[in-house]
Amino acid sequence: MNQWSNFTKGFIKESPTFALILGMCPTLGVSSAAINGLGMGLATTFVLAMSNLFISALKDFIPDKVRIPAFIVVIASFVTMVDLAMAAYVPALHKTLGIFIPLIVVNCIVLGRAEAFASRNSVISSLIDGLGMGLGFTFALIMLGCIREALGNGSVFGYKFINPTSNGILIFVLAPGAFITLGFLIAFINRFRKTS
Amino acid sequence: MEYILIIVSAIIVNNVVLTQFLGICPFLGVSNKLSTAIGMSGAVVFVMTLATIVTFLVHHYILIPLQITFLQTIAYILVIAALVQMVEIILKKISPSLYQALGIFLPLITTNCAVLGVAILVIQKNFNLMESVVYTIATALGFGLALIIFSGLREQIELNQVPKGMRGTPIALVTAGLLSLAFMGFTGIVK
Repeated sequence: MNQWSNFTKGFIKESPTFALILGMCPTLGVSSAAINGLGMGLATTFVLAMSNLFISALKDFIPDKVRIPAFIVVIASFVTMVDLAMAAYVPALHKTLGIFIPLIVVNCIVLGRAEAFASRNSVISSLIDGLGMGLGFTFALIMLGCIREALGNGSVFGYKFINPTSNGILIFVLAPGAFITLGFLIAFINRFRKTS
Repeated sequence: MEYILIIVSAIIVNNVVLTQFLGICPFLGVSNKLSTAIGMSGAVVFVMTLATIVTFLVHHYILIPLQITFLQTIAYILVIAALVQMVEIILKKISPSLYQALGIFLPLITTNCAVLGVAILVIQKNFNLMESVVYTIATALGFGLALIIFSGLREQIELNQVPKGMRGTPIALVTAGLLSLAFMGFTGIVK
């Protein structure tokens, strides 16, 4: 597989959100606004790329029987780094994302890629796979965030395009809107994937 | 009274799956059949309660005295993974029938974000040990309630004609959305 398709597969074809249905908790939990989706996506991308890089570099030294705990320790270290860095540099975003930042460690995408890809491929392809999957996840989060923010609040990335005093369809920024929007989005993408 | 408030709030008002979005993977993954949903709920109540008690003690008697609370995430996930493994081994030895019922769900629970999520939340909320235990059991019961209702709904959906593009995950998510809408009706009962 060449590196370009290795990178782009995370966007639509093997998109963690739309095709593999992994990592649903942060997807639903932080997509009430596009900017939250962007922050969460980039944090996950960093963890995914770095843990893929390290796991693939260490794969010959990790005994097969304890590989899952070993992977979890590597992932948890990077999550802690992201958590502390975000608390220091973007405290407002860190507060909004809250519990979902430490929970990157149990995001099935990260452990899934470590097990399925990084533990049997070269360092460079693993890094590219991590970046591609992470950005694909970010792309999905931003898409869901934009739709929910536009319908629910009448704004995109905080820029309001309807009368500033009026509200949008509030249900879309609340919990039920997350499930319903994602359901329709997956149905739409499934159709797109089958015809292309 | 305080405990009743915590229980009502955790089970229905701030339901862990439908309003806090924790534990969505098992919620979507094992909700096809009512019987598996009941097994999974039992396993979650069991593991979540144990995990919270252990992580609470680890936090207050190891992490705080040594001033290494920044290692919270790593410490908790290792404790939970080890605990799940241990529960599996012990259960297999002392109660094979319970192991039969819960066994296949136990490995899945390590990556259930609700377990780690609740362990972190009780620390953030500054609960004492008793409040933590009550809160955790109630949260786990809330998870079970949502999972069991949802699997009942999905069994009914199987019998209906769903539009082709919506089959599978999309219709499940829309159903979960409507269920979440119903649970929103409880908002405001507990502050």
